[in-house]
Amino acid sequence: MTDDPIAPEGDPAARACPDCDLLQVIPELPPGGKARCARCGRMLATRSSAPSDLPLALTLTALLVLIVANTMPLMGLSVAGRQAITTIGGGAYQMWLQGQEVTAVTVAFCALIAPAGYILFMLIVLLAAKRPPAPQWVGDMLRWADAMQPWAMVDVMMLGILVALVKIADLARVEPDIGMYAVGILILLFPAISVSLNPEEIWARLEWADGESPLPAPETSTPEPPSSGSTP
Amino acid sequence: MRTSPLTAAQAGLVNCETCGLLSQPASAAEPGYCPRCGMALEWRRPRSIQTTWALVTAAAICYIPANLLPVLGTTTLGSTEYDTIMGGVVFLYTTGSWPLALIVLIASVMVPLGKLVALSYLLITVQRGSIRSNRERTRLYRMVEIIGRWSMLDVFVDTFTVALVQLKPLMSIQPGPGVAFFAAVVVLTMIAASTFDPRLIWDAGVDKEFRNA
Repeated sequence: MTDDPIAPEGDPAARACPDCDLLQVIPELPPGGKARCARCGRMLATRSSAPSDLPLALTLTALLVLIVANTMPLMGLSVAGRQAITTIGGGAYQMWLQGQEVTAVTVAFCALIAPAGYILFMLIVLLAAKRPPAPQWVGDMLRWADAMQPWAMVDVMMLGILVALVKIADLARVEPDIGMYAVGILILLFPAISVSLNPEEIWARLEWADGESPLPAPETSTPEPPSSGSTP
Repeated sequence: MRTSPLTAAQAGLVNCETCGLLSQPASAAEPGYCPRCGMALEWRRPRSIQTTWALVTAAAICYIPANLLPVLGTTTLGSTEYDTIMGGVVFLYTTGSWPLALIVLIASVMVPLGKLVALSYLLITVQRGSIRSNRERTRLYRMVEIIGRWSMLDVFVDTFTVALVQLKPLMSIQPGPGVAFFAAVVVLTMIAASTFDPRLIWDAGVDKEFRNA
């Protein structure tokens, strides 16, 4: 064991699989290359062949489309001369009015807050990584973007809207509106951001403003891992 | 790719769950913080098995009212008809759109049940210290993680149906009490998937002391 806190053998390419904890060294990948865990098959690293500014450009686009998707009506309905329209927020608001507060909050979180949060936190991280040194709170932004990702359900919502349209189509005339097309574009943008992004590259570029690690560096002595039976 | 026969924990290293940096822990009992992104480091997700069991149990309890109570009520000219989730599937099927009926059936009924069964199976095998089909069990866990969010489908269907059809007194659609339970099942199973630590599947072959650490 070396004194290098980054890796055994001092190799910065050493990585532990997040799913099975096996140590392995990722070789230099060709553009578009992928590396999987040798033991459990989890994707460990990818190297995008896209230019490094692409994730930032896609995230900025997604921010603009998100604003359109949330402010414009999704669809309109007309029956017997009466008209109704709804927006994403309007859906959650109507649930609240009908006494379903739990459902309203869940829908608002998955359809509005989490997608917006993911895009905003990603934007901050990508901008911070562009011009190191980065302030210390970038680590939190990163974590929050990660936490928001599975809850951002724009794609599930789109399918839900389509099923709702089919259900209502028997009762009334339903027409998709601008918001719906914006949601359709968002569905393509979200996976495009995560595919074009190479997280390792971003994190390697972050430097902390004071030139130090964000928190006191760990001791250089090698403590015994719990597997050796030294845990209390 | 060079691989070591060791896991990070065996080598005395902790893997940061946010940024993937391997670092030496400050001490075995309290590993400290990631020097790159500031995340609190953990050998394994804390109290993974207990937390996941609690969430799976809570979700299983909510699954019953979610399927039995109505999720939608349709009021036409004063009379109200209630629909459960299965009722919605039958409605889609009988009105001629069987592909959508199938999607809703899979997303709303089979996926949540499958997630509960899969997570329970993973928890039981980890607690028994099983060392068989680790790779398949890890893959099952990844599937639970990826597919989980799609069971929110019916909540969105109900929300937008309710939001659009408010044409009182002609016709209106209201949410039923089942929706909140259904949303709870989805949220609880998604959190359960994130509290389960897949590394426990592999630890059994190495050392049983990791479990419940």
